[in-house]
Amino acid sequence: MSAVIQNLVNQPYKHGFHTDIESDIVPKGLNEDVVRVISAKKREPDWLLEFRLKAFRHWQTMIEPEWPNVKYPKIDFQDISYYSAPRPKATKKSMDEVDPELLRTFEKLGVPMHERAALAGVAVDVVFDSVSVTTTYKEKLAEVGIIFCSFSEAVRDHPELVKQYLGSVVPHTDNFYAALNSAVFSDGSFCYIPKGVKCPMDLSTYFRINTQDTGQFERTLIIAEEGGQVSYLEGCTAPQFDTNQLHAAVVELIALDNAEIKYSTVQNWYAGDEEGKGGIYNFVTKRGLCKGFNSKISWTQVETGSAITWKYPSCVLLGDNSVGEFYSVALTNHHQQADTGTKMVHVGKNTRSRIISKGISAGLSNNSYRGLVKIGARADGARNYSQCDSMLIGDLCGAHTFPYLQVANKTATVEHEASTSKIGEEQLFYFSSRGIETEEAVSMIINGFVRDVFIHLPMEFAVEATKLLGLKLEGSVG
Amino acid sequence: MIKDNASEVLKVQGLTATVDNREILCGIDLSVRAGEVHAIMGPNGSGKSTFAKVLVGHPAYEVTGGMVRFDDADLLELSPEDRARRGVFLGFQYPVEVPGVTNGGFLRLAYNTVQSARGKEELDPLEFDDFIREKMELLEMDPGFLERSLNAGFSGGEKKRNEILQMALLEPRLSILDETDSGLDIDALRIVANGVNQLHTSEDAIVLVTHYQRLLNYIEPDYVHVMENGRIIKTGDKGLALQLEDRGYDWVAQEYRERAA
Repeated sequence: MSAVIQNLVNQPYKHGFHTDIESDIVPKGLNEDVVRVISAKKREPDWLLEFRLKAFRHWQTMIEPEWPNVKYPKIDFQDISYYSAPRPKATKKSMDEVDPELLRTFEKLGVPMHERAALAGVAVDVVFDSVSVTTTYKEKLAEVGIIFCSFSEAVRDHPELVKQYLGSVVPHTDNFYAALNSAVFSDGSFCYIPKGVKCPMDLSTYFRINTQDTGQFERTLIIAEEGGQVSYLEGCTAPQFDTNQLHAAVVELIALDNAEIKYSTVQNWYAGDEEGKGGIYNFVTKRGLCKGFNSKISWTQVETGSAITWKYPSCVLLGDNSVGEFYSVALTNHHQQADTGTKMVHVGKNTRSRIISKGISAGLSNNSYRGLVKIGARADGARNYSQCDSMLIGDLCGAHTFPYLQVANKTATVEHEASTSKIGEEQLFYFSSRGIETEEAVSMIINGFVRDVFIHLPMEFAVEATKLLGLKLEGSVG
Repeated sequence: MIKDNASEVLKVQGLTATVDNREILCGIDLSVRAGEVHAIMGPNGSGKSTFAKVLVGHPAYEVTGGMVRFDDADLLELSPEDRARRGVFLGFQYPVEVPGVTNGGFLRLAYNTVQSARGKEELDPLEFDDFIREKMELLEMDPGFLERSLNAGFSGGEKKRNEILQMALLEPRLSILDETDSGLDIDALRIVANGVNQLHTSEDAIVLVTHYQRLLNYIEPDYVHVMENGRIIKTGDKGLALQLEDRGYDWVAQEYRERAA
């Protein structure tokens, strides 16, 4: 694979990476007035402004967390602009205007044709009839009563649902970045699955038009009523660039009785250059509440981007017999740092959780798994199984595991397994001696390593993610 | 089998090699022709395994002199991958474990890579499955082997069988089998040796690196070479192996020193 693609993946995409000073930008800095301006510009109801203000006031009393195993210069929160009017990106008239190298990357990744256009900033209706595709999806969803729209639309059209659930899983007091997000969040996604409805397709943020520019403080809320089922896909494998260095999203999931939510993420934010300059700080709070009896929430994540990742998709297992799952592959290369894992909080009886975490470190990167399994006093018969495997590529990277176990019920069963392995010279030579090129060997070893997680990804996502790992590790061995 | 008009598969002249600046091979000469079986014997640390690894291009060793011709190619100029594709095969003494990679997947990738380099047909997973099962029967291997991780948790004997299975798949022109008999019980030894004998034709050559003469009861060598201190110090026929079994290595070394003096 060529150095061209390597460069492309690791360097800013020139067409999308510039800041135009628009007239509709709030000056840098954060105070109550800024929060009010954001809310006013979005024409929000009073209760939402109140939510933002409460969050802002609380945020002011908080300090930035320093416990993660990551290092970065202190962020000046007064040096950030917290609002810019979402305006349509400059669109290109056809695929011919798109950088051919970017198209080749899509080719390598196997990104579907209609997505390529959207990702490259081409007006999709010019090239494909994607708008009608989107409309068809929307109609199909509406037929069964599913609401899938931008967060702003939800505030406008379904305020009672937003009001009921916003902040119910991740309260505005939860942590520094969640509080910040609650005060200044820009936009995001909203999804509501009514009682007994099984969503007929995987919901992908791609199909949510009009909200492509969700900004740096994204907010997602997904609710599955009794017996509802949904599989939600976030992100994409193509490299994503943003002028905003700090990203602090909040995702809240709520599953009622017998409901099931499956949330899959493939994250490939710009990671900075090979020297570690630039790159996105991704400080995300993701949490699911298994509120009902026998409910299930499953997180699957493939984290390959960002300069710094700070992220613990978690499950609160409140309903009896509820199930939480976390399947994760985190890959770091060059100077990337990741401190990621999960929290499984068992409250209800016979609750079960399963954690499979696979960390891959290459280059000079540092990759930490941090996971909490907490069994409450009333969680009779609770069970957890955790498996944390790390793989090192080269001698200069680091892998760390920080498991926290808090068990307050003696009928609980908690298992933790961990392993560390290294792609060794002898392994690679074994492959060479059978005619297999080193890059293919690494990809085969890595694919074997992540298989337990990738089987939980939707099929086409898994295929892309497999190629993505290969691309991200190019040149890191041999 | 020795045939006068057989083509020369491998020619080694004055080969020297070092590891960590220490000289391990001190000038090896060897000629192997199609159809022949050569045994390289010698005490521990004589350089037998190093010689085998240098021939397949192991990166830990630096070749410092001499030349190696493989058919018409300058072997030392080729990458390890190219050597394999052109038909040089090493059956490892200690095959490395690769957790997570299925044996079946690995074998198919190796087979298809080599086939494609040779301009031959590649096989899809179903075709390959039929093909490999046939080869496995030869070595009395259970098809369950294909589902397991490559060499991971294999017993010593299982690892060696898996090596010979790869030899059967890749149809090498030159097979170098490094201590293939170690770790095998007597039944497994018979099965593995039987497999090697069935694979051997007048078109390929085999170099057995071994400590003991035991293996040579099953795979009959045309030539036996004794190595010491990085050199081949004596060459004979299979009778030499029996003599070594009887008398050990010291007398050969002594004879060599006297000749040199």
